[in-house]
Amino acid sequence: MLYREVGQFKTSYAQDMAIFPIRQDRIALWLTLAIAFIVVPLLDIFQIWPFKGEYLIRAILIPFLILALAAIGLNILTGYCGQLSLGSGAFMAIGAYSAYKFVTGVSIMALHIPPLPVFISIILGGFMAAFVGILFGIPSLRIKGLYLAVATLAAQFFFDWLFIRVKWFTNYTSSGSVAAPDPLIFFGYPVTRPVEKYLVCLIVVTAFALLAKNLVRGNIGRQWQATRDQDIAAELMGIRPLYAKLSAFAVSSFFMGVAGALWAFVYLGAWEPLAFNIDRSFQILFMVIIGGLGSILGSFLGAAFILVLPILLDQVPHALGIPITVETVSLLVFLIVGALICWLLIVEPHGFARLWGTAKEKLRLWPYPY
Amino acid sequence: MRAPSGPEIAAGDVLLAVESVSLSFGGVKAISDVSFDIRKGEIRAIIGPNGAGKTSMLNVINGFYHPQKGRITFKGQTRSKMRPHEAAYGGIARTFQNVALFKGMTALDNIMAGRTLKMKRNMFWQLLRAGPALAEEVEHRHAVEEIIDFLKIQEIRRTPVGRLPYGLQKRVELGRALAMEPELLLLDEPMAGMNLEEKEDMSRFVLDVNDHFGTTIALIEHDMGVVMDLSDRVVVLDHGIKIADGTPDVVKKDQAVIDAYLGVAH
Repeated sequence: MLYREVGQFKTSYAQDMAIFPIRQDRIALWLTLAIAFIVVPLLDIFQIWPFKGEYLIRAILIPFLILALAAIGLNILTGYCGQLSLGSGAFMAIGAYSAYKFVTGVSIMALHIPPLPVFISIILGGFMAAFVGILFGIPSLRIKGLYLAVATLAAQFFFDWLFIRVKWFTNYTSSGSVAAPDPLIFFGYPVTRPVEKYLVCLIVVTAFALLAKNLVRGNIGRQWQATRDQDIAAELMGIRPLYAKLSAFAVSSFFMGVAGALWAFVYLGAWEPLAFNIDRSFQILFMVIIGGLGSILGSFLGAAFILVLPILLDQVPHALGIPITVETVSLLVFLIVGALICWLLIVEPHGFARLWGTAKEKLRLWPYPY
Repeated sequence: MRAPSGPEIAAGDVLLAVESVSLSFGGVKAISDVSFDIRKGEIRAIIGPNGAGKTSMLNVINGFYHPQKGRITFKGQTRSKMRPHEAAYGGIARTFQNVALFKGMTALDNIMAGRTLKMKRNMFWQLLRAGPALAEEVEHRHAVEEIIDFLKIQEIRRTPVGRLPYGLQKRVELGRALAMEPELLLLDEPMAGMNLEEKEDMSRFVLDVNDHFGTTIALIEHDMGVVMDLSDRVVVLDHGIKIADGTPDVVKKDQAVIDAYLGVAH
């Protein structure tokens, strides 16, 4: 009964084209943002359950936000533009290592770039990833589907290799592991406590999610979706496949690059190439598939599911006092998560976002069936 | 990237001329030495038995196939090779034999996608969706709403097209082509698989488009009743060869046409 749009009249197309044209949705959005921006930090400051200690923020919320950003990136490419990619880890790595190079200063022959501020480095990392993304997107003009996935897989292995073997990227550290500046300084403020890092991630992810939503519901987003659904018809309507596909690769890689840089700088602090290997690519691909291809909201839902579910399953036997070993638990987590993914894909192949949409549609008509 | 718009063509003059076009795929000759023209403002039907090369002809016209021989002159400009999106910018739109809508998008977004070639704001403004980009969206939404009203599909504008019945999908596809404000509209079997009522509706829309917007229409259709009623002139293809060309009355009585459709006693 609460979810009705009766009496909400739109008097302009701009109102009708808003992200959330229904008032209840807008209220829900503002509530969510208020909780994320105000309630969570307050709970942390006063150390109220479940924010006692730093575990929830440090180990769940920060990685959730960053991986959701990466999932948005992949969703733009795979969900909206229909180009399957297994190279997310590589693009994240490019973002991370470029940001690292910018923050420590780059000299290539005659070109000397002094050490740059952290935030600028992270954004520049995104641009580097976008540039490489365009290069690896060129094959997409010729090949599709699984064949393209193999090409992006090549990117994944190539960059894994590059960042291990070419010592220049790691500033010749002996172990191959590199560390972000400590403390991280954003616009003059040192960011050290987990809750501060959380807020930085939250601001970046909220802003980027809004930008992504703007793109996918605008002209360029329609071009991406048209290319995904009917590439020939799209071209006959004046959509240039070159522009549509490469712009999707660029924007998507930019998002993944920024996510990679945040992952390295804010979440990990110190990292080695293994942090961005093929497992990371698959993790993000699963998030996108589970959450819903072609949905920004789905990227968040998928990230939450893939990230939080194992942690929950891990905690349950503890909480219930069931005496099983840690190894058994981690094995069980694999089994259960795998089974759940299979089940979910059979029940709703379009992921959580579609389930959410169906639920909203049902709610509008409730208590009548149709 | 944009094809030059060329000179204005007055009604009744030749808008598109196809001159001795031949197209083959390997050893298979799809079209051999076909010439005809389409005059501005008319409804021109292309008919023929299955496999006559009608759809190939449309694909040649909008640049999807490149003929091995022959010339195509559109709006006074002869071109050899043209990419499909350049044809679109030049003012050629089309619908498809098997509906080729963007299945994951709503009817509204499908038709909005037809406005792509008229939207110019760069990615920066689109990111912010403010200022010029928002104004542009609203302006084109306005144009699209007029097409939606024209085709009487208001109630399905928010429905993903994959869920629509076939007849409505055909109508949305026509709307998407109309959104491009084409000078030449190619319709590939717009009434295939429709019942009588739907055919009547679609015929009315085709006539209205021709009438209201002055759009020149090239039409492939198998329903002879529809073809004879709608079209001003008919060109008949059989096995890739033109066998007749003229007004419906002339074509109807042409012996070669009757033979092609009914077969010849040997």
